[in-house]
Amino acid sequence: MWFTVEDDLTYLVGSRCADCGAYFFPPVAGGCRNPRCDGQDLQETRLSRRGTVWSYTNACYPPPAPFVAAEPYVPVTLAAVALAEEGLVVLGQVKDLTVDDLEVGMELELTSGPLADGPLVWMWGAAS
Amino acid sequence: MSVVVLGAGMHPWGKQGRPFQEYGLAAARAALKDAGLTWPDVQYVVGADTIRNGYPGLVSAATFSQAMGWTGARIASCYAACASGAQAIDIARARILAGLCDVALVVGADAAPKGFFTPVGGENDPDHLRFRLLGATNPAYFALYARRRMAMYGDTPDDFAAVKVKNSRAGALNPYARYRAEVTAEQVAASPMVADPLRLLDICATSDGGAALVLASRRYAGSRGAVEIAAVSTVTPTYPNTVLELPNFATDSTAAVPPPENPFRTDIARAAYEEAGLGPEDLSLAEVYDLSTALELDWYEDIGLCARGEAAKLVRSGETALGGRLPVNPSGGLASFGEAIPAQAIAQVCELTAQLRGTAGPRQVEKARVGLAANQGLFGHGSAVIATSRR
Repeated sequence: MWFTVEDDLTYLVGSRCADCGAYFFPPVAGGCRNPRCDGQDLQETRLSRRGTVWSYTNACYPPPAPFVAAEPYVPVTLAAVALAEEGLVVLGQVKDLTVDDLEVGMELELTSGPLADGPLVWMWGAAS
Repeated sequence: MSVVVLGAGMHPWGKQGRPFQEYGLAAARAALKDAGLTWPDVQYVVGADTIRNGYPGLVSAATFSQAMGWTGARIASCYAACASGAQAIDIARARILAGLCDVALVVGADAAPKGFFTPVGGENDPDHLRFRLLGATNPAYFALYARRRMAMYGDTPDDFAAVKVKNSRAGALNPYARYRAEVTAEQVAASPMVADPLRLLDICATSDGGAALVLASRRYAGSRGAVEIAAVSTVTPTYPNTVLELPNFATDSTAAVPPPENPFRTDIARAAYEEAGLGPEDLSLAEVYDLSTALELDWYEDIGLCARGEAAKLVRSGETALGGRLPVNPSGGLASFGEAIPAQAIAQVCELTAQLRGTAGPRQVEKARVGLAANQGLFGHGSAVIATSRR
């Protein structure tokens, strides 16, 4: 599980090394990936729900399989969002905003939404 | 630490619909002829693999060797995404420098499908999941970098188009290039948006193609061969890598370790400069991996041609065009070739070889003595090759 929804709030789920404090998304197993850390205790952790846009784009043409495109196709918007506390930039689809609504540096908040064929996925959305 | 380039050969890039072996064989035969050698002279064969052409593509050195006729030569096949060709060169070089062989053939060839590259691996690997969950194609990542440039440095879509215009002019002069027409900034701006802010003519196509090199020890080459390979960098990123790389969902975390002094692409070039004992000021020309127009600008800064944020000004000045102070992508680059993954880094070195020999015809860079080819493959593969003139 890479995210969880609780009380209508979506959280990314990553891992955190109990020794050095490094975060990982998606969650990792098999030991800390900081090369100077021997930590083996990787704890599941929820990541910050808000971050700032590092960059963004869209997919004007339907991405190929295994992506399942909606019909009619609506361009998918993508944002890479920097999480300050974790020092991560996390990519996600953007919900209900287009590239015209986005700017590098603006704040977004995590939400979730369905893929065209049903499964729920994490998405970045307007900050409440 | 140097090995001699005795021969270079290419098959023209395009979408010809032939098996990849044919492109590789044509390139290999051209390289052997160029070297003045015959196939049985080759002691070692390294193949850069293609993962979209079945089992033969994954054991490419054996595929090429069988097609040329088994001679008992030792072989190796390798895959490192877009950096496969450079890794193949590095493997051949290491074996020559170790004294285990005197002459090696390096071959890469691809037959590419139409449209976006799609994942090859299993359902739980990140290359599959980025498509499944996000619809994040390769151009999506290129577009993130392009938009970042616009926000950080004030680059404009017109700056990006200037790269395409420059590269198309060079490519128009290259018989191996797939796209031979000059492109205007207006044509770039009128092409369909693919991944905002990148338009169709900002993004490199996927192509068929083949390239090969014959490498030899100095002892074997004697006075033959005007060009040497002075460095091959195949470095990986340093943790924490703070650039969102294909096909990842996130960067490394800076919570425990501060970011390294230089980003990954800078390290790729720096390792090559250090190995060759040369610097950006020594370059006569460079071939860089222009998967997008905007990415060529990133490379200018990464290989040290200008300070961060100054690349748009540099391309606008004309200094990186043919006839300029330091031409970049005099071959026409990926903009004119489209990418034939395992062949591309080898093709870059074929271009350096032609330029340093003074045989590049209308694309010739005056008094070319040192050339750098830089490249990056997904999953953390860096590659850079420095070639120097022996004369």
